[in-house]
Amino acid sequence: MQIIQPHYHAIARTAQDYERMAMSGVVAVAEPAFWAGFDRKYPETFIDYFRQISEFEPTRAAQYGIRHFCWVAVNPKEAEDPILTREVLRQMPEFFEKPTVLGVGETGLHKSTKNECDSLEAHVDLAMKHGQLVLIHTPHLADKAHGTRRVLEVLAGMNVDRQRIWIDHVEEQTIRPCLDAGYWVGMTLYPITKCSPKRAVDLLEQYGTERMLVNSSADWGPSDPFTLQECVLEYRRRGHSLQEAVEVFHNNPCRFLGQNPKFDIPQIRIDTVATGVRKPVST
Amino acid sequence: MLTPPQVAEAYFLESRHMLLEIAAYLDRYDAAVARGNGSNGNDKATAADTTSGEKKLGVIRRALAITSEAQPTKQRTLTLLELFAAPETNPTNP
Repeated sequence: MQIIQPHYHAIARTAQDYERMAMSGVVAVAEPAFWAGFDRKYPETFIDYFRQISEFEPTRAAQYGIRHFCWVAVNPKEAEDPILTREVLRQMPEFFEKPTVLGVGETGLHKSTKNECDSLEAHVDLAMKHGQLVLIHTPHLADKAHGTRRVLEVLAGMNVDRQRIWIDHVEEQTIRPCLDAGYWVGMTLYPITKCSPKRAVDLLEQYGTERMLVNSSADWGPSDPFTLQECVLEYRRRGHSLQEAVEVFHNNPCRFLGQNPKFDIPQIRIDTVATGVRKPVST
Repeated sequence: MLTPPQVAEAYFLESRHMLLEIAAYLDRYDAAVARGNGSNGNDKATAADTTSGEKKLGVIRRALAITSEAQPTKQRTLTLLELFAAPETNPTNP
């Protein structure tokens, strides 16, 4: 089955992960800009990072037949420095012209401070002015419910196209308000700290598959790109058809990401072909 | 060996994860009951299957009660293993 990994931090992973993903049906990944594990000091460091994910990483993925797309942003963990954020934002539009950049992300909130909220608003504003998609990170663990509420409050005060915004890392306590408000949502599968494959399938069964994305994130922390395949397996073993699985794990990423014409992977419709073999007629 | 605060810290997230999985399992069961049998083309459950399922859930609920005891008379793990091994609480055992 062909799968799209819509949130994947490829620069933190090995070529072997690309190879194994290709062998397991992954045809495309999309890499949001991420925290480096330490706070970067200089705008130029971000610019080189954006060059890495928009110019170099697609060549690495291509060796395994995987299409690589990306997003650019100042990650919320580094949004406490408004001067740095402003300078990076000023230079981001040049990357919107790159052939594999899909939009602004991941912006969002970490501790939901005023500077983070200001940065989120500035990122979303820039994206809307340039007709870009937006990927929004919501906080982890104890900060998640509050942080997600703040994200929705910030967005509610802006003139945005909700169909072009994906709020990521939703869980049971945050999914409903995001869907009700008209946004796309993403469930991120982590071994311990975010959603699990089984819980993601529970949410798909509870809320349906419309405007739902599933991803592994898979960064340099405890994470595993193959939690996505684990989720596909869990979805199928509960009796959902192959086409239903394709809708969730391939076609939904096509629907959301395809709003940017640079993402040109077509949706898939499974069809059966008659073999021409007929049962012998008993006489 | 670890100090009590170190134990609490080292295994907190892992325990949180496992508890969420158990909670999701129980919610999944309730959702299936509310939905009725036979959705998604799965075979309809027989009355015997339903009884067996209820028994299994009963064992899990007893296990959760044992797990949450603040001052157990013996190790919780030991009590749980005995619970899971008991024929009357283990529907898969003949």
